[in-house]
This record gives sequence, structure tokens and C-alpha cells, in this order.
Amino acid sequence: MKKIRKIFERIVESILTVSGALTTITILLITVFLFREGFGLFGSSEIEQGYRLCLNTANPVERLSSRQIMQVFDYQIENWQEIGGPDEPIVPFRFEEIFNYYSEEEMGADYELLPVRLGEYIAATPGIIAFVPEQYAPEGMEGVKVLHNDHISPADFFGGREWVPTATPAPQFGTLPLIVGTLLVSLVAILIALPLGLGVAIYLSELASDRMRGILKPAIELLAGIPSVVYGFFGLVVLVPLIQRVFNLPVGETAFAGSLVLAIMALPTIITVAEDAMRNTPRAMREASLALGATHWQTICRVIIPYAGSGISAAVVLGIGRAVGETMAVLMVTGNAAVMPHSLFEPVRTIPATIAAELGEAPAGGAHYQALFMLGCILFVITMLISVTSEMISKRQSNKGL
Amino acid sequence: MIEAKNIDFYYGDFHALKNISMRMETNTVTAFIGPSGCGKSTFLRLFNRMNDLIPATRLTGECLIDGQNIYDRSVNVDELRKNVGMVFQKPNPFPKSIFENVAYGLRVNGVRDKKFIREKVEESLIGAALWDEVKDKLKKSAYELSGGQQQRLCIARALAVSPSVLLMDEPASALDPISTSKIEELIHSLKDRYTIVIVTHNMQQAARVSDKTGFFMLGELIEFNDTKKIFLNPDKIETQNYITGRFG
Repeated sequence: MKKIRKIFERIVESILTVSGALTTITILLITVFLFREGFGLFGSSEIEQGYRLCLNTANPVERLSSRQIMQVFDYQIENWQEIGGPDEPIVPFRFEEIFNYYSEEEMGADYELLPVRLGEYIAATPGIIAFVPEQYAPEGMEGVKVLHNDHISPADFFGGREWVPTATPAPQFGTLPLIVGTLLVSLVAILIALPLGLGVAIYLSELASDRMRGILKPAIELLAGIPSVVYGFFGLVVLVPLIQRVFNLPVGETAFAGSLVLAIMALPTIITVAEDAMRNTPRAMREASLALGATHWQTICRVIIPYAGSGISAAVVLGIGRAVGETMAVLMVTGNAAVMPHSLFEPVRTIPATIAAELGEAPAGGAHYQALFMLGCILFVITMLISVTSEMISKRQSNKGL
Repeated sequence: MIEAKNIDFYYGDFHALKNISMRMETNTVTAFIGPSGCGKSTFLRLFNRMNDLIPATRLTGECLIDGQNIYDRSVNVDELRKNVGMVFQKPNPFPKSIFENVAYGLRVNGVRDKKFIREKVEESLIGAALWDEVKDKLKKSAYELSGGQQQRLCIARALAVSPSVLLMDEPASALDPISTSKIEELIHSLKDRYTIVIVTHNMQQAARVSDKTGFFMLGELIEFNDTKKIFLNPDKIETQNYITGRFG
């Protein structure tokens, strides 16, 4: 009998060990996968995969940044002089346009003469920049040279101010507006939610009557369980029109709407965690303070809140974590314009919203796909920094006993 | 002088203290002894209205300190607690530095004068016989002290607001014998300036430190008399039984 029990305990122990190890390994693998896919981005070329940009050999320009390429094809830069070339108007040329100059017959039955025709046209047009598929590229032909194709640089990725992943020929992966959007929305959300949440937590733990707490606490905990789409829907139907009217804006879908929805969503977590921490302050601490003639309010400020410090900072981190990583609700109310926000009352796009909205359209393995994974890495690093910081703060607090 | 008149106290339906009356003279040490759950701590906590914090309690009778009924409507509880200091069963210093622990009572009472606070902290720590041990580490956390030192810190903290009465709820029950004897010496030395009421489980301790002793049982004050009399020649048979260890 005893032996069987021992064997049974052994089996349970090993099952627990294995499941623990498996969980850890899975999480590590996910992280590794995320970073591997993400960093693949810096091995991709600036120009859309499978295409080349060709110039006339008379043109001394050897390389262009992806931003310059985009501006050229958007007709924002119209002369080679602006980008280090001769005084020659730029002729942006897309591959399809070749059919305007040559007839079907001249291309050959299987388009086998297409590269030749392209080459002829490029050689005849000094100001040309031609965007052509690799398979038809007139490489090596007289009068044609291929523009140097750089990799996407981290500087462009982290410092770029334009996020246009579907632009051709050069998609723009500047994440700065997304990072700023995420931080702005989260920061304002926390600035709204923190004082409110702590206030409610203090009320619930110290001031509310037992009956009031009995009603409020379960209600607030229930709020934490509402799916984020529902909050997003509420934000879209109620908050967005309200903001539009109150602030007299052209659109109500703004960073501020996102912050408000996030604040509402983060509140239950902050309240519950902070209230638990405060209620866990030992009775001996309260009594010690009151016995010295401190008022209830002084006891709250000077003993209970400092004592609950690490619990409160946990509440803050959970709140920020929720705000930074929240996807659906923000996607629904912020308007999703991937441009640098200049005020709270403009549409913004956050990192999670970008991933959710675009991953379905990004071809697997392509630069866009990898860029979205890289965004995931940024998000990962942001939340990790937040939790490490809070860990350090609460550790220092408990070490000093202050 | 502390005086209790016909005190009855209830926790909900539970009748915890039954018609208790007694007088404690100024600058004496009074000890309460009795088996667990006899109401001696509850009685002690009436004198700084600590029981107010417990919901669903009820009190009848009068508690007078220097002639003033402390349960009167006009009494400011915070002021009362400044005058009636308390030391708890387990050392409960705040998670602050040693200095800040002692200064706490002054700060919450609005004292801003730094020099005064420093002097008062030193005086209180000397009074609690802790100064020599901590004078070089006042900035350190109070949690770095030993249990006995923490308890003396709590006494210093109570002394800092200059109370006239000190209530001690089994102040040495969580301490080792050496720390206990230090606390007892301290009680002796504080007697000249404070009226001390101490609850204890330890009968030898009551015999050593107190002038008068009250014996409680099941919410009743069985006997209250000079300590010597209680321990050598009690009037009541219950007291006799308890003291000789036949029950309890």
C-alpha cells in the first residue's frame, strides 16, 4: 500500500515537472520565434521583393534611400538635382507603361522581347527611373544600370516617420508614429486611470461600509471580465460621438478616445489589486498608528499606502501592461491613422492595433510580415522594461523597509 | 487616575465584560492577569478606545481618566490616544527608519520643528533604554532590529508623544527571557512618570513589576488588590487556584 502511494506520488511529481518544463520551453520558443521573424526584416531589401529599379547609365546616381524612392514615385521629388543627380527631370516609370509605347507584336509571343524593349526605352530616356519585375529586368543591356538595392536599416525602422507598408516600389516601415501613438494613448490612459483607481481603492478598503463594499467589489471585478470588443463598441458608440461634440472636432476617433476606453478598461484591475494590497496591511500597523493619535486619514496616507506600496506598484504595472498591449478596443476607437500625432485630439495608430489590422493582409515571410513581427518585439521590450522597473522599485522598497 | 465604573462590553451578542469597576492611581503599575479570553485585553483597550475599531461592539458604563469620561461625545479620540499610549503584544514598528518610527507620533500631531523632533526622539529612545544600541543607525530600517529591540522601539514611539498613561498588552509575550527582563526594568523606570497598565499571561511578571493586580475570569473582575496580597494571600478561591496553577 505504502509502495503504491510512493509510486503514485512519484508519477504526480514527474508530471508536474514535465508540464512546468514544457510551459517554460514553449514560452521561450515563442519569444525566439518572435525575434527571429522580426529581425529577418533587416535582411530584406528596401524595394519590393522580386523587383528592380533601373536607371539610364548617363545618370550618376547609384543608390537612393527608400524614402527618396517613395517620394520620387509620389512626384514629391521631380528633379534628379534634388537627390544628387544631374539637372534632369525625373521620369518615374512603372513596368505596365511599356505597353503604351510598344505593340503586342513587338513584345514577342511569350513576351520574350519585353526585357529588350524595356532596355531600349530606358536607354533612350535619360531621366528615367523604371520599376520592373526581376524576371523582365533588362540587366546587362547597353545604357541600362540597376539601382543599388540596400537592406532595410534599423535606423529607418526605428527612426522613420512614415508607415506605409503597401507602398510600391519602396514600402515605408517607419515605426516612430506607431511607437509614439502607443505610448501617448497608454500614458494618458494611465494618467486618467491611476488617480481614479487608487482613489476608488482607498474608498473601498478604508471608507466604504461593509454593505457598500459588498455591492461594489463584485461589480468591479465583473467589469474586469468584460471582453475588450465590448468596451471598444461602447467607446465607438458613446465616447467617440461625445468627444466629437464636446471638443468640436471633425472626427471623434482620436487618441483621447483610445485613452478613455483604455482607462476604463484598466480601472477594474488597478482597483482590485490596489485594494487587496491595502486591505492586507496588518491590523497591527493601523492600530499602532491610531494609538499614537494619528487620524484615520493620516493613517491611510502615512502607513497604509506606503505599506501597500509594492502591491500598488503591481497594480500600476498590470494597468500599464493592459493599456500598452490592448488591441481590439483601441483599434475600434482611435481612427488608426499611422501618422505622427501632434495632439491628443488626432487619430493615432497603436502597435497592437497595427499588428491586428495588417497581419492578415501581409504575405507570410515578406518584409511587411517581418516588420509586423518586429513591432511585436518592440511591444515585448516595452512591457518587459515596465515590469523590470516595477520589480526594481518594489524590491528596493522592501529591502530598505521604507 | 483612571477609573472604570460599571463597565459592560459586548462583541455582538457576546457579553465580554461584566459590570467591572476599578480605580488605578496615578504613577502606579497595575497588572491584569487571567486565563485566555477572560476579557483583560478587551478591558485594557477600552482606555484608548481601540475597541472602537471593531464593528458591532457595545459599551455601557463609564471610563474616566482624570475625571473625564473618555466615551463622552465631546472627547476627541485622537487627542485621547495621544495622552494614552499603547504598546502591543507583538512588536509592530512601521516599515520606516528607526528615527521616523519614533518621530511618527510627533509628525502626525503637526510638529514641524526639526530640532525639537530630534531632541524628543533621542529623549524617548533613552527613556526606552534603546538609545545606546541604535544611536549610530537611526536611519536604518526598524526591521533590522531584534524582536526585543523592536518592542522597546515601540515603547519609545509611544513615549515620544508624552502620554500620561501607558497601556501594555502583553508586551513581552513574544520575546526571549533577556529582552523580557529589559522590558521589565524599563517598566520600573517609567513608573515615576507614567501611569502604567499591563496585561500579562506571565504571573511572575505581574508579581515582579506591578503594585496592584487584577484577576479576571470569564469577563468578570474576580479580585483586585495589592499585588503582594493577590499573590500571597488572595481572598477568592478562584484567584488562589489560578495563581497556584491548579487551573488556567
